[in-house]
Amino acid sequence: MSADHRKNLLFKALTCLAAVSVLGIVVGILAVILMESFPALKHFGIGAFLGGRDWNYTREIYGALRPLTGTVVSTGIALLAAVPLSLGTAVFLTEICPHRLRGAFGAAIELLAAIPSIIYGMWGLFVLAPFLDEWVQPAVGSALGGVPLIGSFFVTKSAGGVNLFSASLVLAVMIIPFITSIARDAFEQVPDVLKESSYALGATRWETVRKVVSAQSASAVGGGVIIAMGRALGETMAVAYVIGNRHASLDSLFSPYTTITSVIANEFNEAGGIQLSSLFTLALVLFIANFLALGVGRRLVKGKEK
Amino acid sequence: MTGIRKRKINNAIAMGVAASCAAVGLGLLLLILYDVLKNGLSSFGWTLFANDPAPPGMEGGGLRSAFLGQILLTAAALAAGVPAGVLAGTFLSEYGRNMKLSKIISAVSDMAVSIPSIVTGAFVYAILVKPFGGFNGWAGAAALAIIVLPIIVRTTESMTSMVPWSLREAAFALGAPYHKVIMGVVWRSAAGGIFTGVLLAAARAAGETAPLLFTSFNSGHFSLNMGRPVPSLTVTIYQYAASPYESWVSLAWGAAFAVTAAVLVLNVTGRLLIKLRQGK
Repeated sequence: MSADHRKNLLFKALTCLAAVSVLGIVVGILAVILMESFPALKHFGIGAFLGGRDWNYTREIYGALRPLTGTVVSTGIALLAAVPLSLGTAVFLTEICPHRLRGAFGAAIELLAAIPSIIYGMWGLFVLAPFLDEWVQPAVGSALGGVPLIGSFFVTKSAGGVNLFSASLVLAVMIIPFITSIARDAFEQVPDVLKESSYALGATRWETVRKVVSAQSASAVGGGVIIAMGRALGETMAVAYVIGNRHASLDSLFSPYTTITSVIANEFNEAGGIQLSSLFTLALVLFIANFLALGVGRRLVKGKEK
Repeated sequence: MTGIRKRKINNAIAMGVAASCAAVGLGLLLLILYDVLKNGLSSFGWTLFANDPAPPGMEGGGLRSAFLGQILLTAAALAAGVPAGVLAGTFLSEYGRNMKLSKIISAVSDMAVSIPSIVTGAFVYAILVKPFGGFNGWAGAAALAIIVLPIIVRTTESMTSMVPWSLREAAFALGAPYHKVIMGVVWRSAAGGIFTGVLLAAARAAGETAPLLFTSFNSGHFSLNMGRPVPSLTVTIYQYAASPYESWVSLAWGAAFAVTAAVLVLNVTGRLLIKLRQGK
């Protein structure tokens, strides 16, 4: 065996080791989080933990229902607000915007996606939450507050704008650049020939977008939205400030509440024993949910390319 | 005749809605940048870089330790994550390019890029903080390295697989062994692209808060001892912004401005490099 051959084998082994370590880390994360969650899962049982309403420090009973609800509701509202805005922006970027400006606008959107989430969180705390508190919440409250059954859901019960609604909107602002850039890429993938054929038949721009572009890009855009959902589920710093982290029943959209990430961020460093294990279980739920969303989303985005 | 009119009106309405979506979306995001700039610049000054945090309520505090700590943590994360990532990415596109294992690792690292960073923080807490009895800088650097690693793996893999096979074959024909071909030809051709990936990864690491919260935590004292808690700009923002003291909130804005500026500069540089390479 020559010296070169041996060196080559050594180098190959080194690169292989590095590649396997990536796999090892991801498997390790899952294994360690699973191990740390075990005491809580054993103590409460999976069903009782996931469906448990209590998060009680003195009685040491912990259940995931409220953080889960908070995460699902805030992500849902964020998507409701961000998806139409992002799709509109993507249509503007691909159909209306003058060609000369497209590059600059596109780059700006991508840069905004890179701004750290703590910055969005801080902006939410100092700018968005006070604004919503002063202008939006009273208006919504007086418009919908009187509606039977659901009216109380829109009444402001605590001041300051620290509530589930503010947190959802911060999340929405944060995922706008993300969904926009995926939707723009998907729209641009639509072959020009198809669009030109549509115009040649006399269709307007809107008709072309609605019937040709959207049909061609639907699965990729849907995938992008699901990936964005995964992102919103796992987002911590953007919601940690404005959600309020309050363990109580969800009586109003404008009341402080809790999410999986905010309860972990707020309580992890002071927790021990069964509470810490419960927080790890929440992290496990998040890891799995994010992985599923990503798997489905990526499949949809890639499906068209093959 | 009314048909075409109606369609034209619908078109105008839809395009108007799209344009206003763009105005609202871009406007909101520019508003964030404006607020960060306005509040950040007002707290900018020599003391921000030269002093350490002052006790609550006292003026004249700065973020010297947080700046240095942030650089230290990010540099340590890159020092571990970049070599490992480049080697792993090289395996995926070279030695292991036809192996099933590589396809799995490639897909896993693609997913790993999006693991919620707070989960990474909790993981590192369990293996590097709890067993050693306290928050420490190494744990923070490790958490950031885990975040950086899959980004570097993915860029290296895609950049090296873009190097034409004829280049490798030319080197093989000269009798070079594979490892020399990789180091002398493949890495050299892909270096610019990999460097861009490193810049983007550094930007990502510099803006992370959640994984540092449970690992390197924060420290008001000037300390660059990696065995102890190490301060960082992002965790400082997290703690100071929500504090009731005006001087601390002002420091948080200063830190927010510095982090945003650093992240944007790294991103713009990375993108310009891509543009330059494509221009050639």
